[in-house]
Amino acid sequence: MASDRIFGLVTALLALAYIASAFQVQTSFLSDPVGPKTFPILIGVVGAVSAMFMVLRPDPEPEWPGMRTLGALAIAVAVLVAYAYTLRPLGFLLPTAVAAGVLSYQISPNPRTAAIAGVGLSLGLFILFKFVLDLGLVPFPAH
Amino acid sequence: MDVFSNLALGFSIALSPYTLMLAVVGCFLGTIIGALPGLGPSNGVAILIPITFTLGLDATSALVLMTAVYYGAMYGGRISSILLNIPGDEPALMTTLDGYPMAKAGRAGDALVLSGFASFYGALFATIGLMFLAPVLANVAYLFGPAEYFALYMLAFATLGGMASNNQAKSALAACLGLGIAMIGVDSSSGLPRLTGGSLHLYDGVDFLVAIVGLFAVAEVFFFIESHGKNSSIGVKLDNVRIPWRDIYLTRWTMFRSSVVGFIAGILPGAGASLGSFMAYMSEKSLAGEDSGFGTGVPKGIAAPEAGNNAAAGGALVPMLTLGVPGSGTTAVLLALLMTLNITPGPTLFTERPEVVWGLIASLLIANFVLLLMNVPMVKIFVKILMVPPWILLPGVTMVSFVGIYSLSGSYFDLLLMIAFGVLGYILRKLDIPTVPVILGILLGGHMEDALRRAMVISDGEWTYLFSSPITIGLWIAAIAGFVAPMFLRGVLKKPQRITD
Repeated sequence: MASDRIFGLVTALLALAYIASAFQVQTSFLSDPVGPKTFPILIGVVGAVSAMFMVLRPDPEPEWPGMRTLGALAIAVAVLVAYAYTLRPLGFLLPTAVAAGVLSYQISPNPRTAAIAGVGLSLGLFILFKFVLDLGLVPFPAH
Repeated sequence: MDVFSNLALGFSIALSPYTLMLAVVGCFLGTIIGALPGLGPSNGVAILIPITFTLGLDATSALVLMTAVYYGAMYGGRISSILLNIPGDEPALMTTLDGYPMAKAGRAGDALVLSGFASFYGALFATIGLMFLAPVLANVAYLFGPAEYFALYMLAFATLGGMASNNQAKSALAACLGLGIAMIGVDSSSGLPRLTGGSLHLYDGVDFLVAIVGLFAVAEVFFFIESHGKNSSIGVKLDNVRIPWRDIYLTRWTMFRSSVVGFIAGILPGAGASLGSFMAYMSEKSLAGEDSGFGTGVPKGIAAPEAGNNAAAGGALVPMLTLGVPGSGTTAVLLALLMTLNITPGPTLFTERPEVVWGLIASLLIANFVLLLMNVPMVKIFVKILMVPPWILLPGVTMVSFVGIYSLSGSYFDLLLMIAFGVLGYILRKLDIPTVPVILGILLGGHMEDALRRAMVISDGEWTYLFSSPITIGLWIAAIAGFVAPMFLRGVLKKPQRITD
């Protein structure tokens, strides 16, 4: 109930913001009858109406995970974001081993298997990508 | 006949050793992808696209490889349904209903072979259907102007929302989300940026591959973290595999009927393989009557959904190739592949690039026989692969997704966007909001707006032009019916629940 309402409300507001920014779209002097604004505004309106339906007629509440699992998910997201930032400066091997290891630990909390998964995936995928598929990956920090 | 000379052209391409090798590799990878729980055809194909693209394969080769993966995944989905009671992908859900009970009764080998043969039957039927129907539909598609295309896109969103979701408002919202994202970037006709929020990263728009991989593959990892990989890997033992000739013979008409039903379901834009296997199973169940034992492990209950599922997978290629409107989540991903390769699907594809279309069809015919060989005598190899634990599989999938997207653009921004789509995908699926309309919206948004604007240029801004031809009126009626009718049919079309131990 509450989840659908909150999500519906947030998306309805986002849709309104979307419509507002669609009105700001610059039109060039040589435009077709529809122009670059109409379709986005249309989408925003339909989106806002559907979102309001979610607020007014919500489905039963889904089963959200407990705080512990939410924490694990937050860690996973943080690790992935860090991975995205470090992939270029630190090369492939080290960030991949860490990120894969942490993800593995979040799925099955066993330090030994997580370490195996991290190191194994990092090396295995590097060999696969670099030598079998011939993608340009940099193994170590470049300097 | 035209079809046969075209087919000869197709085979001349498909039988080159390199293309043949790609088809075999694709079948193998596809079966693995389908079999592994947590890696269905949509996300499997999605994570492979960036990699295929960086490998620099030409259009025909890339298409052959990926459609072989697609067919393979449809075959492979049944393996985990039967042995683990976990559908490897959504359409394989119906196969668990009779497949798992049969496997528990000690006939796992029979169930796998029978379902493998049913898959072959359905897929071959659909490929032949595709061969004859696609050129006809391509000719009809010449009659389609921008107004017709606009109505057709509406039909795709409407049927997808109506059939595949439990709540119309939610699927409409999902479609708007996708369409809204598609609008971001430089407007193609005026050349001015729109809705980028001033971010330079967004001037090129959101790459649909980033969205697809995020929504499908990364979101899946979050689900596995939530369940701690618990719902996996306690299954039924597989002993020796024999061919159950009697069961195959007994189910011959079931396979035929299910293939027809599945193929038709597949052709409907937006309906896809899940509907195909569902309709096939339900119609066979009602044909067989109350005391037929459906749900307790009868051969017909295995043959019907698998034939229907694979026939629908082939049928879904018909609207995708001829009209550029995908019939399912996975064909939406294949459409993304075509767009990445700069191939515009549609009627002109059949006249201008016959080697792509017919090379593809010929490869699919070959792939079917390869898949039959892999899935019947060699099924034990794939059963071994099922034992890969989730704590190594899911991190592996994530890393492959990252490398794939990273090698496409080399930008960390796309990776962050992909993670954001992963989080979005998790929330959407939790709230029972379908993600396929989001993908379809991102893929088709630009085309849909373009169709609308060109229609308005033709009619000089007269809105009634959208409903002026018989084809458009038919499509609009079908769209409205497809969206509204399931509200009333919900009671009748209730999906059977999964069997729990």
